[in-house]
Amino acid sequence: MADTLTPVLTAGWGDERSWTLEAYRGRGGYAALDTALGMAPADIVTMVKDSGLRGRGGAGFPTGMKWGFLPPEDPEDPKPRYLVVNADESEPGTCKDTPLMMASPHTLLEGVIISSYAIKARTAFIYVRGEILHCVRRVQAAVAEAYAAGHLGTDIHGSGYDLDVVVHTGAGAYICGEETALLEGLEGRRGQPRLRPPFPAVAGLYASPTVINNVESIASVPSILEHGADWFASMGTEKSKGFGIFSLSGHVKRPGQYEAPLGVTLRTLIDLAGGIREGHELKFWTPGGSSTPILTAEHLDVPLDFEGVGEAGSMLGTRALQIFDETTCVVRAVLRWTEFYKHESCGKCTPCREGTWWLVQTLANLEKGIGSESDLDQLDDVCDNILGRSFCALGDGATSPITSSIKYFKEEYLAHLSGGGCPFDPIRSTVFADEGVLTP
Amino acid sequence: MTATADTQAEVEKSDLVTLTIDGIEVSVPEGTLVIRAAEQVGVQIPRFCDHPLLDPVGACRQCLVDVPDAGNGRGMPKPQASCTLTVAPGMVVNTQATSPVAEKAQQGVMELLLINHPLDCPVCDKGGECPLQNQAMSNGRGETRFEVAKRTYPKPINISAQVLLDRERCVLCARCTRFSEQVAGDPFIALIERGALQQVGIYENEPFESYFSGNTIQICPVGALTSASYRFRSRPFDLVSTPGVAEHDACGAAIRVDHRRGKVMRRLAGNDPEVNEEWITDKDRFAFRAARLEDRLEHPMVRDDETGSLRVASWPEALAVAARGLAAARATGVGVLPGGRLTVEDAWAYSKFARVALSTNDVDFRARAHSAEEADFLASDVVGTEDVTYADLDAASVVVLAGLEPEDEAGTLFLRLRKAARKSGTSVYAIAPYTTRGLRKVHGTLLPTAPGAEAEALAGLSWDGVVPVDERTVVLVGERLASVPGALSVAAKLARSHGAKLAWVPRRAGDRGAVESGLLPGLLPGGRPVTDATARVDLAAAWGAQSLPTEPGRDVAGILGAAAAGALGALVVGGVEVADLPDPVAAREALDAVGFLVSLELRASEVTERADVVLPVAPTTDKAGSYLNWEGRLRPFGRIMHVPASLPDLRVLAGIAEEMGAPLGFRTPEQVQDEIASVGAWDGERPASPSVEPGGLDVLPRRARSGSTTSESSTTEVVEQRAQASASRPGEPTGDGGLLLASWKQLLDDGRMQDGDEHLRATARRPVVLAPAGLLDELGLAAGDTAELSGPLGSLVLPVDVADLPDGVVWAPASAPGASVRTLVGPAGSAVTLSPTGGVA
Repeated sequence: MADTLTPVLTAGWGDERSWTLEAYRGRGGYAALDTALGMAPADIVTMVKDSGLRGRGGAGFPTGMKWGFLPPEDPEDPKPRYLVVNADESEPGTCKDTPLMMASPHTLLEGVIISSYAIKARTAFIYVRGEILHCVRRVQAAVAEAYAAGHLGTDIHGSGYDLDVVVHTGAGAYICGEETALLEGLEGRRGQPRLRPPFPAVAGLYASPTVINNVESIASVPSILEHGADWFASMGTEKSKGFGIFSLSGHVKRPGQYEAPLGVTLRTLIDLAGGIREGHELKFWTPGGSSTPILTAEHLDVPLDFEGVGEAGSMLGTRALQIFDETTCVVRAVLRWTEFYKHESCGKCTPCREGTWWLVQTLANLEKGIGSESDLDQLDDVCDNILGRSFCALGDGATSPITSSIKYFKEEYLAHLSGGGCPFDPIRSTVFADEGVLTP
Repeated sequence: MTATADTQAEVEKSDLVTLTIDGIEVSVPEGTLVIRAAEQVGVQIPRFCDHPLLDPVGACRQCLVDVPDAGNGRGMPKPQASCTLTVAPGMVVNTQATSPVAEKAQQGVMELLLINHPLDCPVCDKGGECPLQNQAMSNGRGETRFEVAKRTYPKPINISAQVLLDRERCVLCARCTRFSEQVAGDPFIALIERGALQQVGIYENEPFESYFSGNTIQICPVGALTSASYRFRSRPFDLVSTPGVAEHDACGAAIRVDHRRGKVMRRLAGNDPEVNEEWITDKDRFAFRAARLEDRLEHPMVRDDETGSLRVASWPEALAVAARGLAAARATGVGVLPGGRLTVEDAWAYSKFARVALSTNDVDFRARAHSAEEADFLASDVVGTEDVTYADLDAASVVVLAGLEPEDEAGTLFLRLRKAARKSGTSVYAIAPYTTRGLRKVHGTLLPTAPGAEAEALAGLSWDGVVPVDERTVVLVGERLASVPGALSVAAKLARSHGAKLAWVPRRAGDRGAVESGLLPGLLPGGRPVTDATARVDLAAAWGAQSLPTEPGRDVAGILGAAAAGALGALVVGGVEVADLPDPVAAREALDAVGFLVSLELRASEVTERADVVLPVAPTTDKAGSYLNWEGRLRPFGRIMHVPASLPDLRVLAGIAEEMGAPLGFRTPEQVQDEIASVGAWDGERPASPSVEPGGLDVLPRRARSGSTTSESSTTEVVEQRAQASASRPGEPTGDGGLLLASWKQLLDDGRMQDGDEHLRATARRPVVLAPAGLLDELGLAAGDTAELSGPLGSLVLPVDVADLPDGVVWAPASAPGASVRTLVGPAGSAVTLSPTGGVA
């Protein structure tokens, strides 16, 4: 079973003081950079294209193709190019970039340097979620180490290539994970998504050509340089190549990050995590954070790649597998998520701003047993008026848990209404419930 | 030729994009947004955030349409916002008219917009003219499904003294914030907070005091923004709307006057794409109550022989008394000061009245600093010209401003300049003392110039290569250049020698019409020079007059001087504020001294209280007429209110003339218009441009910014020379200064036409003395400290601030509510001193 795991990014996480430059060098770190600096930038882009690496931030857009969208340099109108790393990991359930940056920030940094070199950027930004201050400090420290060691700054490794890396801290808005809102925030403005076109590749940060990639995508690049595109492409499935970090949370025995090839199934991952907690069974789960429609036990064998999860009616997303057992009230869980979206809606567009305001109130009533069956149809319809009508994907994400939960658990909603409130004891779903701590 | 024509047609054709909207094929220019292309086939897609004059934002999502084919054979999976989607060849668009998907999407968005919108339409100013109300009816669901709690806020909060914000009603379309940022350049309001709590906000210490704030109220698609002056005053369906033209400046902005039972309730921007687009200044919008104040003159008055005070008289008596007095004084001479606020028709009447009834050329409309050079310039380079239009600003590569601060003195022009700079890449250069906020907003470059040095600065443009002057350059000169010897001469020469376009931008609505009507001592109507015998004969024939006075008359200063000295027996004064005259003290003496004074006024004034006959005239609402704006474009407007007792100046003058036995031949504006058309413009030779040598003041190094690189000697020299010049000129106030005062009137000030609109006046900029950093350091002053500004007329304590002024120059607003520098300290160009008071503002 352990063979299923493909620790690449996570390989050194258990090392003593794994986050230091010394430890990273000890596991061969920054060797890929030398390889990269010996190549033509365009060849690196081709290599990443050939590897089949797709964006690890959720949408799964081919990374090499994204780099290829940068317009050719115009000597008449020379504009700087920027690499921006989206480290604003805020999706409920998603916990892969933060541990990666905590455990091995230099993996990310090496990826940043190679990627910047490939796209001919001289400045790169790492936009780190503001709330994870410990992580911000760790990345800052790593950047300082890298400068001191000559991996950043001028004439990196004697190649003549210069790069500066700026670590930017977010101010606490989920929307800033949306790439154009992130750019707004990086420029010092309110985090709200921008109108596209122009796309960031043409006019992104400071109206200059910009590539925005997820932490995990960029961190995967050194391994591709080290082992080759074919090595990377040999893992995963036909259209979803390579490996990824699957973060399991919730009602499993050993929650955590499991690095495996794309296409692995939840059944396998739950086994690796020691199974559902003792005496309980899987009820529902999210494949990629709360913005992806929930799935149930019937989907245990769905291959967790972009295509497989899509066919099952959800999205691979960020591979944030939140596992809920039968003690969990789905209405309550959905209400909590919806409150999150209401709180995080930026306010720019009507459907998301007003829709989440409405959805929360309806769900809150349903949880208390107030309402009627027609409210479920109305919820579905309001979601239909938000999904695909909003300015960005935040509104779409807000509807996912609601529509999918009504699809799979309509009876449970109705039970709230007929039973005069929630039939579940919320304490039973807590980690400590089975330890008898709170049992009366 | 045929080939060329064909090629052209092809080019034009290829610029068009053909798409299908609701099954109807339509061709529109490339880059057109789908929402506007749909209008071409007669489909109105509902919208809130979309506004044709603002950058697209795609925020409200009301205009969603279905796009089964994006032009590449593939459909778009989700409904698209038609306000951000540009057309593509072969695109297929289905709007709510044909697509159930689009219809449901629109109804869904409408429902969501309404869930947090209060149902206070019955008491909302916007009710009855509300895009939300209207489109909720046309594109919304019949019944709401929202039965839970609405978001509430405390009801309206002031975001300026004039503008109130009701956050409950706001649909967050960002029209107001985008207008302020994009069009006005005053981003004093912004969206703050997030989610359903997002709201329009201000920085607490910086209220929404933009000269253009009222436009946001007009483009607000709901009743979220209201004005203190109109709020709760009336319902739209009770109002009668009449198009009009703004009378506060020389821009000729189209307005819409909404009135009810003989009373103007509000004014809105009219839509005139060639002039003001859809924007007006707050002054044009809110300043209209002056004519309703208690001091409005309602009856003619004559001075009682026995009591010596004014008493109410009948129109026949007052006209007869005026005619008798003027006829008696005619032998000595009568001077006419009509002022600069007249319609073209009224100006014509004054001109004819002076020449025919009074046989004089002692007539001058310029109630401000003026010069003989300016009069010559108006005759040679302004009258009859239509060389520059608003659209030319877009086409210009460079616009040079001299003696003109558009944001304060011509707001509509300012907005077009900003648009040209923002959208067309027009470069603006200002020959001005410092980088004003207005100049920054047009991304302009300062050519630092001390007052009095404008002529040299203009001359320098010919050769120093700093500013490219060619046929794509527009030079805009303000009326303030009249006080700078040589400046207008140099401007005319500069434009001529480089093929640049030149326009004169005065401050008042009637100024340009007065020039065309010949309200100048050397100029007859239609640009006919007094000194040209043929021109005089031509006009005399057209007027059926025996002859016209042959000698050029006196200008304003000359007329007042002659009146004071007894060389003129009478004065006829129109809408002139004594305080606006170059030397108010001397003017008051002249008005006191003159034997017979006839005043045509709207409200009691310093002139009416001295007059022997006071003849009340109609406000703009009560008469038809037209203005000529700075472009030379005729801006006609109709009468809004029919008030039989309210007579326009031309009717009053015609009445006096009839009593004098010299009838003018018209009694109505329409008759004057006919006469203007039949007399026509002068087609004879134009006088040559004036060639006055610059006044001998040194130019400061013009590329020096903030005066820091300005050499000590040159500034001292300038100040000394200026002081000497001031001292040597009789009648001009002198002072032991050391500093030179730069100054002009701000848009909102203590002007009498803004009286009665206190909310508007409260948004005026606070008066402040601007000084170079070095001077403040020297005086131990910091920004915000108060200092005493002393000049020839007295002194005033004002807060100070830093500006990139040349050394030795300070700036203060000529006029401000309660602190008028021009009357309390001295006019622009005065020698002044600045001394600390130890206070903080």
